[in-house]
Amino acid sequence: MSETQITTDQTQFVETKQDSNFKRLLRSFKKNKLALYSLYVIILLLLIVIFGPWITPYDPQEANYDSILEAPSWQHLAGTDEFGKDVLSRLIVGARLSLGVGVSAVLLGAVAGTILGLISGFFGKWVDRVIMRICDILFAFPDLVLAIAMVAILGPGMKNVIIAIAFFSTPSFARIVRGETLEIKERLFIEAERSIGAKKSRIILRHVFPQTISTIIVYITMNIGGAIISAASLSFLGLGASPSSPEWGAMLSASRDYIGHAFHLIFFPGLAVFITVLVLNLFGDGLRDVLDPKTRD
Amino acid sequence: MTSNPVLEIKHIKKYFKISKGWFAEKKYVKAVDDVSFSIEKGRTASIVGESGCGKSTLARLVNGLIEADSGEIVFKGNDLTHKNEAVWRTFRQPMQMIFQDPYASLSPQMKIKDLVAEPLLIHYPKMSKAEIEKIVKETLDICGIGSQHLSKYPHQFSGGQRQRIGIARALVLRPELVILDEPVSALDVSVQAQILNLLKDLQEKFDLTYLFISHDLSVIDHISDDVAVMYLGNIVEISSRDTLFESPKHPYTQALLSSVPDKDPKLKRERIILKGEIPNAANPPSGCKFHTRCPFAMNVCKEVAPVMQTLDNGTQVACHLYQENQS
Repeated sequence: MSETQITTDQTQFVETKQDSNFKRLLRSFKKNKLALYSLYVIILLLLIVIFGPWITPYDPQEANYDSILEAPSWQHLAGTDEFGKDVLSRLIVGARLSLGVGVSAVLLGAVAGTILGLISGFFGKWVDRVIMRICDILFAFPDLVLAIAMVAILGPGMKNVIIAIAFFSTPSFARIVRGETLEIKERLFIEAERSIGAKKSRIILRHVFPQTISTIIVYITMNIGGAIISAASLSFLGLGASPSSPEWGAMLSASRDYIGHAFHLIFFPGLAVFITVLVLNLFGDGLRDVLDPKTRD
Repeated sequence: MTSNPVLEIKHIKKYFKISKGWFAEKKYVKAVDDVSFSIEKGRTASIVGESGCGKSTLARLVNGLIEADSGEIVFKGNDLTHKNEAVWRTFRQPMQMIFQDPYASLSPQMKIKDLVAEPLLIHYPKMSKAEIEKIVKETLDICGIGSQHLSKYPHQFSGGQRQRIGIARALVLRPELVILDEPVSALDVSVQAQILNLLKDLQEKFDLTYLFISHDLSVIDHISDDVAVMYLGNIVEISSRDTLFESPKHPYTQALLSSVPDKDPKLKRERIILKGEIPNAANPPSGCKFHTRCPFAMNVCKEVAPVMQTLDNGTQVACHLYQENQS
């Protein structure tokens, strides 16, 4: 009657198995359907970004004066604009511009903000005070106003829009990374690293930074949506992409004169921005539940 | 006794400022207040005391993780007091530290082999990869971690195993002095014994000198050669282990020892029960800091702080009871 055997072998190792982040991501996303569907849409968007120019039904730049301002039909699923260009084709090509601006601006801001945040949090004292006060000053301006000012200084154009958006997203990354760094810095393994003789640069790069990555990734996904809106807003105001380019904000801007009799001109670019931002935020939410150590179980 | 101290601590002090604001009255916690001792090569010196007596602060002072306010830390004849991080770093190879909490002292996102290899990478940047791997494997093996675990992460191990990894990390540099800050107090009793035995074996094998910090007298009894008893930032008694456990001199040591459960439950023993709590370190009692709880307190104890003196049996004790006997 000895069904249970107790092994007292000391060399037997207890496996406190914990799944990798990726497995937990999949498991959590199975429960969080919204995040999962958002992921599907994001993958679709990425495919559009990559294969855009080859899958458009019409040439997005080809004007056709026989069919201007046509309402959506089976021939032109999203209608045509004031030059007779196919709106759907322009949206598909424009995805590359709009998403590209959002992603690159946020990545740029994240890199700058992470470096500042790590330095600020780790070294503390006056370094921290100087960096954080500069961030406070930047926080005091509304994002868009700051971006407009930047573009006004640098001059209009997509490259400067990216710089402007990166500029105003830097302080929020700096602050988040600084907060994490302050917390990690006090943990015992950092002291253990010092006691084996590790230099500060090594501790920051090898031991503090890896701990902040998951938070940064979450924050990047959450911020891309906002950056796309900002880029579209700047284009709408005529400060970003040139009005003839198929960037979504520029499309909205160019078609505002026709709202009265061609709703589709403003509806479809708006919808594209809306869906992109929505799925990015939902996905970011789901990602945070998995990756952010603070919300983790 | 031939005097060949690996580590000498002379009148070391560390006060932590606790008052805030520019105009507030300056207040300090005297975490370590005028502590002196030395450790001979190959021996295990233990520091025992209740929590808050400054023993962990002392460990971090000795390791240079915090800077002493005054006093001297002499390691192998080199004065390390008030030296900057760069000077300390050159002594981080022969002087290693093992921490209390094995769950928090290992960088969580590194594999075991990288954790143990890291000290080598820092101190021997020119060492070849193969050589590093060989030393890492060898050291982990000595510490009881098989090579099949090299690519695992710390969270996949139990507390005792993690402490073994912590020990391997310290030993991979083949140090001379190892500072152990409560290395077993976070572990189960059964695992404690394994780790203590491992530490003893390693000491013999590598001719290590230990500075062992603990609050647990049975652990101290198991591993020490010399014992120093700390109370509120002062050392009140230093003695060899056998002398201390057989004839404790200081009333605080006596009280501490009487609190250890005996192996024979039927044995009638006198227990000294101390009154009250350990006093606030920010506002310690005058004179002898122990007089508020001492069963033998005299008038002189309230006014004059006792000096350390050596008794006939070699015990050093700071207590007025013995000062009278001698004069």
